[in-house]
Amino acid sequence: MTTPPAIARDVTNDFSLVVATANGTGSQTANLALLRACFHMGIPVCGKNIFPSNIQGLPTWYHIRVSKDGYVARRTSEVLVAFNQATVDADLRELPSGGVAVVDAGLAHGVERDDIHLYAIPVKALMAASEHKGKLRDYLANMTYVGVLAHLLDIPLDAIEAGLDAQFGGKRRLVDTNLAVVRGAHAWAVEELTKTDPFRVAPMDATRDLLIMSGNEAGALGSVFGGVSVAAWYPITPSTSFIDALRDYLPELRQGEDGAPTYTVIQAEDELAAIGMVIGAGFAGARALTATSGPGISLMAEFAGLGSFAEVPGVIWDVQRVGPSTGLPTRTSQGDLAFAYGLGHGDGRHVVLLPSSIEECFEFGWRSFDLAEQLQTPVFVLTDLDLGMNNWMGRSFTYPDQPMQRGKVLDADEVRERGFARYRDVDGDGVTYRTLPGNDAPGAAYFARGTGHNAQAVYSERSDDWVENTERLARKFDTARRLVPPALEERVEGASVGLIAFGTTRYAIEEARDALAADGLRCSSMRVRALPIGEEVRAFIEAHERVVVIEMNRDAQLAGILRAELPDLAPHIESVAYLDGMPFTAGFVRERIEPFLTPRSLEVA
Amino acid sequence: MDRPRTIASNAAGLSKADYGGSPSTLCRGCGHNSIASQIIQVAFELSLRPSDVLKLSGIGCSSKSPAYFLGMSHGFNALHGRMPAVATGALAANRRMRAIGVSGDGDTGSIGLGQFKHLLRRNTRMVYVIENNGVYGLTKGQFSATADEGLDLKYAGHNDLPPIDLCQEAIAAGCGFVARSFAGDAKQVREILKAAFSHRGTAVIDIISPCVAFNNEDDSPKSYAYGRHHEKPLHELGYIPFADEIVITESDPGELTTVDLHDGSRLKLRKVEEDHDPTNRIAAMTRLMEAERKQEFITGLLYYNPSRPSYAEAARLPETPLALLSEEALRPPPEALERTLQRYR
Repeated sequence: MTTPPAIARDVTNDFSLVVATANGTGSQTANLALLRACFHMGIPVCGKNIFPSNIQGLPTWYHIRVSKDGYVARRTSEVLVAFNQATVDADLRELPSGGVAVVDAGLAHGVERDDIHLYAIPVKALMAASEHKGKLRDYLANMTYVGVLAHLLDIPLDAIEAGLDAQFGGKRRLVDTNLAVVRGAHAWAVEELTKTDPFRVAPMDATRDLLIMSGNEAGALGSVFGGVSVAAWYPITPSTSFIDALRDYLPELRQGEDGAPTYTVIQAEDELAAIGMVIGAGFAGARALTATSGPGISLMAEFAGLGSFAEVPGVIWDVQRVGPSTGLPTRTSQGDLAFAYGLGHGDGRHVVLLPSSIEECFEFGWRSFDLAEQLQTPVFVLTDLDLGMNNWMGRSFTYPDQPMQRGKVLDADEVRERGFARYRDVDGDGVTYRTLPGNDAPGAAYFARGTGHNAQAVYSERSDDWVENTERLARKFDTARRLVPPALEERVEGASVGLIAFGTTRYAIEEARDALAADGLRCSSMRVRALPIGEEVRAFIEAHERVVVIEMNRDAQLAGILRAELPDLAPHIESVAYLDGMPFTAGFVRERIEPFLTPRSLEVA
Repeated sequence: MDRPRTIASNAAGLSKADYGGSPSTLCRGCGHNSIASQIIQVAFELSLRPSDVLKLSGIGCSSKSPAYFLGMSHGFNALHGRMPAVATGALAANRRMRAIGVSGDGDTGSIGLGQFKHLLRRNTRMVYVIENNGVYGLTKGQFSATADEGLDLKYAGHNDLPPIDLCQEAIAAGCGFVARSFAGDAKQVREILKAAFSHRGTAVIDIISPCVAFNNEDDSPKSYAYGRHHEKPLHELGYIPFADEIVITESDPGELTTVDLHDGSRLKLRKVEEDHDPTNRIAAMTRLMEAERKQEFITGLLYYNPSRPSYAEAARLPETPLALLSEEALRPPPEALERTLQRYR
């Protein structure tokens, strides 16, 4: 093997690293320690775990992007840690020219490349001195690549120690055990390796006051501050860690004066029961949520319809994975948008919130309850596996800036004063008044039902009652348009093309836009944060010759919704819709939108 | 108290009419109407405050009936087979409510069997009435999962499948109050209902409630005629409210046992023909299986065990219902947010 060409210039704080291991070997600790070490050094980072639907043995890849410019989208990795015999050949082949491979010397591979920098670590020999045996030794072996990378990439050992400390929640013994292996491997690397590659990190000051957290944790924390008191759920990847986080925060944050918890978390027998419990609790006046993913959403369809028709508040988090069916359980997608929006048979649409960051997960965590109670309807929050399960940087969360909005609930005195009919539209906004069980005023009780009903909630098969009720529900949906988080936009003066997206595709899109702008191709962009859309979306589309809706699904679901709801603008709405289970890269987005920005393609259009 | 009144009122200051509901739209003579009448009578006799009661149901003829009683109580007519989940959520949100759910044999025995069993595992405190007639009424008479094996019906034809015994299912699932009754035996239905309201967790009452439209031929085990001729009560029941002195005047006290209910009230069981110990789970299961084999229609309190805590107790829910907690109790202060976020810096 010849030595790869020496690169004249260092590549500092601008590369992506991928660690290839087998699932269940404990590499996550090592990977997160590396991530946190960089974060501790003040360098913007983002971690993405590409993992299999498996407990042990199948291949898994952990990507860490280090970006001085703050870009966090996935991109091709230049630095590879190859620790998995099953994938080492493919991993080595995929490495771009000039890349770095840190390989466990014990792996057999048949790839001969002279255009990469290869470092072999004698993992077995390094671990031979270890006093630890069995599984623990295997776990600790991952720390050898941490030590070697610390040397190669210039990560100070105290930053690694800080990373391990955060990872182990300050448990000193665990930190020391791991750190000893890191130090041993580092010392070996200093002695034995000659650095030939250009990749390195250097301290910055770009992460001060930032958090690093997963979207599921942020959403769960927001829910706690939103006053969730009933959480009912059924385990499903990738939403399970949302409930894990909730159960982690609640005991500390939500203990009542008498020491009793001010909440309950119920593991239901299935997702039908989970949402049924949410609807029951919402009807009785509690703030209730469930967290699930696509297959669970499928099971929740009937209750979602009941919730919207009987007008019961509740919050449903859908951490999207790839469907249809069981699909790709551990891969990310934006494929549930259209389904969640129209979930249930018959007429009707749901309010859907679309967070893109941990800040928005936190904010929508509490705000979703306000919206659900103000509108007396189930509210969906759609994140995705990428946001939910991976570690993202974010600004420190803002405490809720308004008191809880409990909506139109009449107490006994109010019922006595003004009378009560459950579904009478007193205010003309389609949102009627409700009472809670236990209200002892005469006339306060009503029988909630999914069957046809009149303004008094009495069973009715009359056509006029049906029409009046469903027209009112349509009016209520228009009220929702004005209450949900508005779409945010960045207008570029004179741009003829605007991009529209939602959720986590924003990161690849922002990076691609910057790159295009650097080449003189400029476009506006808008990020939809909720359905139903507000007037600002129409205004944005009208202000451009055409818009390109970018989304992570095959069927162009948001584009379809926009075309259906703004039919006069449909000819101006183009689509880039693609789903392979992996988060978009800026390169992909650029390649797909560039044709829309060049004069030639305008002629074609 | 001695003055005669034109309208009797109870300790809640309400008349029996105050516990009524909308006029029934079920068939004339339907067993479910009789059960609704007994629920009204029991709520009146127990002096329940209507605002303390929550009515729940699934879908089907049975599930319509909560509209026909306790019109001054909140109610939720949920989805087919899904009343247990709604009840669990509602009662988690407000543990103070006295809940009565009305379901049917299709609602509980087929589409809702899973939720039924898990409700019992969690032991949510509620009275769970199954109005069991062996057929689907609203869809015109198909067999349900509790239909008797070998039964021939005009519309449904011949039933080849063995029935699911919902009392056996309830006992197997860990339910601590399992009773069977007959809509034609109003007194027994009433006494069991009263005792059920005193139970700590879920109280299941499987009431054979004839469908006059589709399953009331004299030879059908779920008909009025069959029930009247074949009902075999395991005991005579008498509910003694918490406040009342128990004075046993019977000459042969060995024939009478009392069961202490969770709220301090009691249930008198007078032996009819055989000894049945409702506190013995294995004996209860054995007796039910025996009855199945001999095609006996046994009624009464089959199994009683108040030892398991209700969901609200097990989850240590606060005395103030979750639904009524103040914003201060629900939203931690800004310092708590700051403290939590320290972990992520």
